[in-house]
Amino acid sequence: MSVLVDHFDVFASGLWLTFQLCLLSAIGALILGTVAAVMRISPIPPLRWVGTAYVTVFRNCPLTIVWFFAAFGLPALGSNADFLRIPGLTSVFSRLGVDIPYFRFAIVALSVYTGAFVCEAIRSGINAVPTGQAEAARAIGLTFTQNLRHVVLPQAWKAAIVPLGSVIIAMIKNSALAGFFGLVGELSNSGVNLTSALGEPIIPVFIGVSIGFLIMTVPLGLLLDHLERRRAVAR
Amino acid sequence: MTLHRAVTTVAAGEPLIVLDSVNKWFGPLHVLQDVSLSVDRGEVVVVIGPSGSGKSTLCRAINRLEPINSGTITFDGKPLPAEGRALARLRSDVGMVFQSFNLFAHKTILQNVTLGPVKVRREKSASARDRAMTLLERVGIASQAEKYPAQLSGGQQQRAAIARALAMQPKAMLFDEPTSALDPEMVGEVLDVMTSLARDGMTMVVVTHEMGFARHAANRVVFMADGQLVEQAPPDEFFGSPKSERAKDFLSKILTH
Repeated sequence: MSVLVDHFDVFASGLWLTFQLCLLSAIGALILGTVAAVMRISPIPPLRWVGTAYVTVFRNCPLTIVWFFAAFGLPALGSNADFLRIPGLTSVFSRLGVDIPYFRFAIVALSVYTGAFVCEAIRSGINAVPTGQAEAARAIGLTFTQNLRHVVLPQAWKAAIVPLGSVIIAMIKNSALAGFFGLVGELSNSGVNLTSALGEPIIPVFIGVSIGFLIMTVPLGLLLDHLERRRAVAR
Repeated sequence: MTLHRAVTTVAAGEPLIVLDSVNKWFGPLHVLQDVSLSVDRGEVVVVIGPSGSGKSTLCRAINRLEPINSGTITFDGKPLPAEGRALARLRSDVGMVFQSFNLFAHKTILQNVTLGPVKVRREKSASARDRAMTLLERVGIASQAEKYPAQLSGGQQQRAAIARALAMQPKAMLFDEPTSALDPEMVGEVLDVMTSLARDGMTMVVVTHEMGFARHAANRVVFMADGQLVEQAPPDEFFGSPKSERAKDFLSKILTH
């Protein structure tokens, strides 16, 4: 198990890169999913169709296929996902701004894929809000958007927090695919490198990789349990 | 304190709410059958009738929470607009109180009352807050302003809901069975608030089973059965000598106990 100590820096930097990928993808997925959920309940039929089509496609395609299209399809279309070079964010997350686009492709793949599941989790949260809440909001003259923004979504979020947490945990685990689609230096890719390039024994290395993922997922799970308990008390 | 907005287009005694041959179906169920009703400004109309007679649907149709299938509804001289900004504007002029209160569960009582004035009327939050506190004072729950709805009794919640509706300075108030979900000892406090509103000249449409309130606060009682508006008369006349068999039957059932 000495590899864990000898190459601690490799594991640590792998964990850090995976953490950045997961954080940015989670934000992207939450935004995409919320927009899709709002579209799916909107009174305008074409918006509903777009939302439904998005969820149908990305919830039902394997993640590897989605990632394949992000990593090979986007360049074929002439895009390096440069829209993710968001000023300010690039100074905190330096990989976001580099010329090699695989970090950005990974964010696109994970966000778009996970967003479909986020959408359904939020929609189940919206359905959990009693219809009387939205009716009362309409009765005082709030528009559809104001109603969502001030009355329905804040309550839907609370109801959706536990299923959303499960979706994000699944996304963190899915991020292990990133190394196979060109992202050098994330946690599982670092593990592969240690075994193939340096000949380190496989089992200890992947125990190290597992520990890295557990460091992210277990505290998130505990946080969710805590939030759920607090919600149960408040009710 | 003034409950009415300074500018009104309809003078007292003129019709504010007019329903003309309104029909509404829920699937095969014909819940409103050719209903015509006119409510004057300042008038208090109490709608009574057996369960499933369409009273609630009638009440909810007036601010288009239930869209109708045919006929017309005009409010303050204008026909109800289709879903959208114009309808939102109209709804802000019509206060509504629900059977199950429907206070926003994630907001305090004070936030419940100020949400509409701030977001719909674009009032400054300080002035909205002052007015909200005055209204909460008036309905007797100013001390509960910082609590959440779930921490209040049913009667307090319903009074908060009335304050929330009044905060929009509506031209009319709709009450959809406001006391039906309350414990008996809390009915009185809500009816007291409604009675004082009626005395102040608020235009009100009240769907209720409270015959006492109908007797002493209503200008007119409307009796509905099976989706039809069967009979309407001043309360003394209606309770003293109902004309239709359906109303006699209904009254004999509820007044013998």
